Amino acid sequence: MFKFRLYIAGDALNSAQAVINLKALCRTHLANRCEIEIVDVFREPKRALADSIFMTPTLIKLAPLPDRRIVGTLSQTQPILQALGLDTLAA
Amino acid sequence: MKSRRPRLARVPTKVPTGITGFDDITGGGLPRGRTTLLVGGPGSGKTIFALQFLVHGAQQCNEPGIFVAFEETSSRIATNAEGFGWKLPELRRKKLFFLDAQPTPDLVQSGNFDLSGMLAALESQIKAMKAQRIVFDALDIIVALLPDQTARRREIYRLHDWLLARGLTGVITSKSGVDDGSSINQDSFGFMQFMVDCAVILNHSVVMGVSQRNLRVQKFRGTSFDENQAPFVIGKNGVDVAVVRTLGHMDVRVTNERVSSGVERLDTMLGGGYYRGACVLITGFPGTAKTTLSGAFAEAACKRAEHTTFFSFDSDGAEVVRNLASVGIRLDRYVKNGCLDMISARTITGSAETFLARIKTIAEARRARCLVIDPVSTLSKAGNELTAHSVVERLIDWSKANGITLFCTSLLDEVSTESGSTLQISKIADTWIHLNYVVQAGERNRGLAIIKSRGTAHSNQVREMILSGAGVTLADTYTAGGEVLMGTLRWEKESADLVANEVNAVAGRLKRVKLDAEEAELEERMKSLQVELVAKQTEKALMTRTAKSRVGELSEGRTRMRELRGADATILGRK
Repeated sequence: MFKFRLYIAGDALNSAQAVINLKALCRTHLANRCEIEIVDVFREPKRALADSIFMTPTLIKLAPLPDRRIVGTLSQTQPILQALGLDTLAA
Repeated sequence: MKSRRPRLARVPTKVPTGITGFDDITGGGLPRGRTTLLVGGPGSGKTIFALQFLVHGAQQCNEPGIFVAFEETSSRIATNAEGFGWKLPELRRKKLFFLDAQPTPDLVQSGNFDLSGMLAALESQIKAMKAQRIVFDALDIIVALLPDQTARRREIYRLHDWLLARGLTGVITSKSGVDDGSSINQDSFGFMQFMVDCAVILNHSVVMGVSQRNLRVQKFRGTSFDENQAPFVIGKNGVDVAVVRTLGHMDVRVTNERVSSGVERLDTMLGGGYYRGACVLITGFPGTAKTTLSGAFAEAACKRAEHTTFFSFDSDGAEVVRNLASVGIRLDRYVKNGCLDMISARTITGSAETFLARIKTIAEARRARCLVIDPVSTLSKAGNELTAHSVVERLIDWSKANGITLFCTSLLDEVSTESGSTLQISKIADTWIHLNYVVQAGERNRGLAIIKSRGTAHSNQVREMILSGAGVTLADTYTAGGEVLMGTLRWEKESADLVANEVNAVAGRLKRVKLDAEEAELEERMKSLQVELVAKQTEKALMTRTAKSRVGELSEGRTRMRELRGADATILGRK
C-alpha cells in the first residue's frame, strides 16, 4: 500500500500538473494500491515547515519505507518509477 | 561616511548590523527593506557575518529574524557560533528562527518546480514572529538544483520581489567563483549583483604565508560608502572590520597631564614625563636596553595603580620579568596583584590584523590605561609589510581615542637607519627616544637621546644610561673639546678635572698669601715714609718761621738803631 503526500502551491501551473500526473501514475501502475494526500502550502504552511518543504511541488512517499522525495511536475515517469522502486514491476 | 549629501527624494535608511567597523564603512549598516548580496569563497566568513547581522537585530534593535540554512544544518551553525557569546538558545525562543532547508542528497527531480512553497511557509513564520530581517545562507545550492538558466533567473527574481513586497531586510549569501574572490564572476547568479541594492565581497587569502581577510563593499545604491578594501578578523565577538577613523571623528580629550617614564632624570629632560595618551617610541639596535625602559615605564604606571598591559612579542613574559629584576625593576609583585598583565605572543603565528584585534580585546577587557608593546617592529615581518603600517596607525588611533598611553619599542636592524624605523611610526609618534652605543677605548656605553617630543621643550643632550642593581639612571656625558665621553673615560676625565681644580685652588691660596705679605710690607714702608715726611714738613715750617722772625727782628733792630742814633724822624707812637 503506497502512501503519498503531495505538497502543492495553490493553483500554480506546475502544482496542477503534478496533481494530474500523480493521479495518472497511480491509476496506471498502482491501481487501488495508493493513498494520496494533497497539502496546499498556502493553506497549511506550518506543515510545510515541519516537513522541510521548500520547493513545490514535492511528492513524499511515506509508505512503504524508505521514504523518498521527488520534486517537480512528475512529467517524466521513468525516474519516478525508479525512485519508487516500481520500475521492475512496471517493466 | 557622514558626508553632507543633498536631500534625495527617498534616501534609503539603513539598519545597523552591529558588526564593528562595517557600519562605519557603509555609514549606518545595510539598506532597510532591501536585499544585500554577500559573496565569498569557502571559509570567508559569510555565514558568521549574516548570523551576526541577525543576532544584532534580535538583541539590540528589536527586529526578529529568520535564518534559512541551505548548506549547513542549523544545529551545526549554532554550535559553531557558540564561541561568540551571542546567547543563541535564548534568542531562538522568540526572536530568531532557524529553518533547515538543506536539500536531501537523494532528491529526485522530475519536471520543473519552484520556490513558492518555501516562501509560503516562511510567510506564516514571518507573521508569527513579526520578523524584519531574513538571511538565505548559501542560496546558490538551491539555485543550482533548478534545471536551467531561465528557471534560475525566474526563481531569484521571485525571491527578490517577495522580499521587497514584505519590506524585509534580506541578506543572501552565495559562493563566489573560484578564481580570486575579489569580484563576482558572471555565472547564473552573478546577475544577482545587478539586482540587489548592496553587494559585499568577502575575501580570505594567504599572502606570503600569512592569512589576510578582507571585505569590500562593491556597491550600495543610493549612498556613499567607503569603497576601499578593509581588512577584518573574526574575533571573539564575531566579525571585526578595521576602519581608520577620519581625523574629524577623533574626539580626543587633549590633556596636559604627564606620566612618569620611570627614570627620574628622563622625566626632567622631558619636562615632567610623557604626555598621557601619547605614543612613545623607543628605537635602538639590539641590546640597547629598550625593554628595560619599557619595564621602567610599566613599573612607574603600576606604582600609580594604573592598570598596564605589557605585550612581549617573541620573548616570554616571565623571562622579561626575571631579566628586569636584575636592574632593580620589580614587576613580579604587580603581576601577582593583577595590576600588570604580561602577555607574550609569537608574531610568526598570525597576521598583523589578528594581533591588533587581540591587543584591543585584551586591553579593553582589562581596562588598561598604559600599554607597552615590545617590540612593535615585529608586526612588519614578512607577509605583513603591506598591512603593518596601517595596523600601527590604527593602533595609535585607537589608543589615543581611549586615552591610553602607548609605549612602543622598535628594533632597528642592519637595514634600517637612525632616520626612521621600517614602520615609519617615528613620524606619527609623539615622543621618540633613541638609544645607541658609543664605543670608545674598549668599552660600550649606552647613550640616550630624545630626538623629538611634541609639545615639550625637551633637553637636546645625549646622556649616558647606566643600568645597575639599583635601577636605571642617567648620567651627564662629559663633553670636552667637542668630544662626548662616556663610561670610564668620563670618569677618568672627571677625576682629572677634580685634581686640576684642587691644584688650582691651592695655587690660588698660595698666591694670595704672598700678595698679602707684600701688601703688608708696602704698607709698613709707606708708614715710615710718611713719618719722615711729617718730620721734614715740620722742619720746613720751623725754618720758615725762624727766617721770618729773623727778618723782622733785623728790621726792627735797624729802626731802633736809627732811633737811637736820632738819624731819622721817628713816628711817635709806633710800637
